[in-house]
Amino acid sequence: MIIMKKALKAAFPCTVPIMLGYLSIGIAFGLLFQNAGYNFVWAFGMSVLVYAGAMQFIAVSILTSGLSLIQAAVMTLLVNIRHMFYGLSFLDTFSKMGKAKGYMIFSLTDETYSLLCSIQPPEDVDPKKFLFSVSFLNQCYWVAGSVLGSLLGSFITFDTTGMDFAMTALFIVIFLDQWKAYKTHRPALIGLAASAAVLIAVGPDNMALPAMLLITALLLVFRRPISAKLQSDEDVFTADADTAPAEAAAASADPEVRKEVTL
Amino acid sequence: MIHLTGPMYAAAVILVIAAVTFCTRLAPFVLFSRGETPKIITYLGNALPPAVMAMLVVYCLRSTPILASPHGIPELLAILTVVALHLWKRNNLISILCGTAVYMFLIQAVF
Repeated sequence: MIIMKKALKAAFPCTVPIMLGYLSIGIAFGLLFQNAGYNFVWAFGMSVLVYAGAMQFIAVSILTSGLSLIQAAVMTLLVNIRHMFYGLSFLDTFSKMGKAKGYMIFSLTDETYSLLCSIQPPEDVDPKKFLFSVSFLNQCYWVAGSVLGSLLGSFITFDTTGMDFAMTALFIVIFLDQWKAYKTHRPALIGLAASAAVLIAVGPDNMALPAMLLITALLLVFRRPISAKLQSDEDVFTADADTAPAEAAAASADPEVRKEVTL
Repeated sequence: MIHLTGPMYAAAVILVIAAVTFCTRLAPFVLFSRGETPKIITYLGNALPPAVMAMLVVYCLRSTPILASPHGIPELLAILTVVALHLWKRNNLISILCGTAVYMFLIQAVF
């Protein structure tokens, strides 16, 4: 218990930006859902079970327009298929997390993914409990926000238009942090160029999946030059951030990793 | 096909959405759980985060009207605020709060 408390305490400051984003967007979702005729119990249920920001907004319109279950399933798949790529960054990390593995996978939202990519657990905290705390706190904010929004109903008097920019700002900030942390900027530039190209080509409604596919294809095409500059293939949470690539390669017991780094 | 109505229909839709969402998150762990993860997958896992982050930024801005008024100017100014503050202060909270405040002010009071 004490160890868990310590991990929650250490995780909290890292999650504050997500808290702001999730509370405001959660409130917006709760308001919308309440207006569609579903009270806070429904908002609570959906935020606990589904836990996917953009998809929950779409779910409200699915419910109000009475789409079939099959249409709902297909739409969910198309909107959330980008999540299939997120787990790739945490295959080893989550698999070492024992009982928490299932929850870590379930709670891997856009925001939690980006946060987990960018944080380092403090030295005196159990890294597994720290990561779990981050994921768990994030969902608490989301659930709290949606219930709050639902309860506030139409009583909110101030204009919240534009509050959802908090999410955009969060992604920009993480993008900048990763720009600084990565030795090669090609993945970031590929991401920007490919998404912009797909947006122009197919329009805003169906861009997520083609963009992810194009990004993956381009990363594979440029695999040699990119992996030559990536620090190491080691787990980001165990690797020392200050270790030079050559040292990391030498320190790695895995010959495959060494080959990958020095290619 | 069974025709559900009212709360039963809503509950069914929510459960379907929950199940499909979880499957998308679970897929890589099921596909690559057996023994050693293929090197190409490890590479993608390392190279994807910055690319995905760029995608998410574009994704968030995807419905910004460029040709119609206000031509994405509030978005551009808010982004510049976030970037400038972040390069200067390196504080996530300050960058996000100020950027969002600038954006809300611009679209509510200016444009």
